[in-house]
Amino acid sequence: MPVTDAPRLQWQTAEVREIVEETPRVRTIILDVPSWHGHKAGQHIDVRLTADDGYQAQRSYSIASAPESDHLMLSVERIEEGEVSPYLAGEARMGDKFELRGPIGGYFVWTIATGGPLFLIAGGSGVAPLMAMLRHRAAQKSTIPATLLFSSRTYDDIIYRAEMERLAAADPHLKIVHTLTRGQPAGWTGPSRRIDSEMLVSEGFAPDAKPHIYICGPTALVESSARALLALGHDRALIKTERFGPTGL
Amino acid sequence: MHLHGDKPVDGNAVAGLFREVFALDLTTASLICAGCGAEAEIGSVRVFGGTMGAVFRCDGCDEVVMRLVRTPDGYWLDMQGARRLFARKVG
Amino acid sequence: MSDSPVTRGFKGRRGPQGPASRIPPGQHLTTDFPVLSAGPTPPIDLASWSFELQDGDTTLGEWDWDEFNALAQTDVTVDIHCVTTWSKLDTHWQGVTIDTLLEAVGLAEPPGPFTLIHCDGDYTTNVPTEDLVDGKAMIATLYEGEPLVGEHGGPARLLVPHLYFWKSAKWVRSIVFGETDDPGFWEDLGYHIYGDPWREQRYAGD
Ligand SMILES: Cc1cc2nc3c(=O)[nH]c(=O)nc-3n(C[C@H](O)[C@H](O)[C@H](O)COP(=O)(O)OP(=O)(O)OC[C@H]3O[C@@H](n4cnc5c(N)ncnc54)[C@H](O)[C@@H]3O)c2cc1C
Ligand SMILES: [Zn+2]
Repeated sequence: MPVTDAPRLQWQTAEVREIVEETPRVRTIILDVPSWHGHKAGQHIDVRLTADDGYQAQRSYSIASAPESDHLMLSVERIEEGEVSPYLAGEARMGDKFELRGPIGGYFVWTIATGGPLFLIAGGSGVAPLMAMLRHRAAQKSTIPATLLFSSRTYDDIIYRAEMERLAAADPHLKIVHTLTRGQPAGWTGPSRRIDSEMLVSEGFAPDAKPHIYICGPTALVESSARALLALGHDRALIKTERFGPTGL
Repeated sequence: MHLHGDKPVDGNAVAGLFREVFALDLTTASLICAGCGAEAEIGSVRVFGGTMGAVFRCDGCDEVVMRLVRTPDGYWLDMQGARRLFARKVG
Repeated sequence: MSDSPVTRGFKGRRGPQGPASRIPPGQHLTTDFPVLSAGPTPPIDLASWSFELQDGDTTLGEWDWDEFNALAQTDVTVDIHCVTTWSKLDTHWQGVTIDTLLEAVGLAEPPGPFTLIHCDGDYTTNVPTEDLVDGKAMIATLYEGEPLVGEHGGPARLLVPHLYFWKSAKWVRSIVFGETDDPGFWEDLGYHIYGDPWREQRYAGD
């Protein structure tokens, strides 16, 4: 019998429907995709761009929108020397077309059924798939305790800041902690350093609570956070990582 | 899949390439290292190899557990370093 | 592929084509030095480092770091070509040629027609002996006058610049001569057994 629940993954052409400037270096791109059968929070897509001489470049981007959302959203950080991100987070305009395939990657996925507590750790654009989880959780009106520990360079670099404030204000079971590594506004009382063991203890869940942990962002942040959590006694099987690459934070 | 230099990504980043070859999502499949016996979900295994191919290395012993290369002609998969793979049916 | 829509505004980041006499087909110029590794960069430990020349199972010669650096040094300026399509011109290396190593173990002729190069991290690559001798290859320890850094293969890497750069194996530890051309790490998995950039031998069958 043919496998019907996992059809062959096809490239399809998406069209840029809307662009939101999130921060000076990050944009959210809202896409129209002809054929989309839903996704799970945390999954990603592959994007393929084609130049006029046929040259192609392919990269992965996390889905930032909730499964409940009508639109597919990506949030992309512009890497100055990069090939694909300067297009997506700079050059792209409404009506532009490029190929994508997905959703893919069932490993880095959280659903209400996965359960909690939910401990999310992000650096920069690594917040994208974790925001999909928080949006999914909010759309389902879940009371599963959740904490997001989010490292950004400066206050203005905090992606989704306003939406996060709204979500946290309306939800006693959700805690969002920002740490600012490169500059803090006057009166800033939150942490001002890279995510470390002490911060993971003071802001996160104890190993006894058996939190489901998702870490996403620049490779160095992901690796150091995962190491620290293992040393604190968290179960390896409950820690999921998604390295975005060598993004400097 | 697009990898950077000498820094690994997670096996999950290879999901798209896997789906070119396999019907099931292999990122949630578990793999046992033939060398040290460590078991891990493929999505969690570190992948090296830059743009030449995906080289999966065991977290327990650093040995190569699986390699996947796409060439213009097709796909090359090597699993000498793995003892067993279990992929759960979806749905 | 051909039915992929063109993405308005996307140029890609290919370097200039460069002079055709120096840039093989399908390659583009780069000015940085991209890194490509099949595994984690091993820590550099000169105290325990050694390099070996072998004929099958027989050791022909073995050098520790100081002994290796006491061998006659050679400077070269060469162009390098990575199978992932970047080429880099006029790179400057210093090290010990394979000719010097053979001489040091008292061999006038290499002991076999093929070699398998062994490296830290279980990386291997195969190179015909004739591509290693007559000044065509060296074990390089300096790049642009500086000790070779770990991510580029330090403390020592093979340099065979006339073949695709995966043949210039990083973290090299031994050269084993033999009678057969046994495929190495990438050659065993879809890449070309020889890898001549001028004949665009990227993949098996090219
Ligand atoms: C599963 C997965 C999901 C991802 N999701 C997202 C996402 O939601 N949003 C997002 O913005 N990115 C995401 N990324 C990263 C993304 O795929 C690209 O790597 C990133 O956009 C850089 O691509 P580029 O073509 O601009 O740079 P490249 O041309 O690939 O790299 C240019 C240069 O910059 C270096 N470099 C590469 N990546 C970075 C980086 N991230 N920071 C700093 N230097 C770098 C490279 O080593 C190279 O020297 C994800 C990666 C993975 C594996
Ligand atoms: Zn192992």
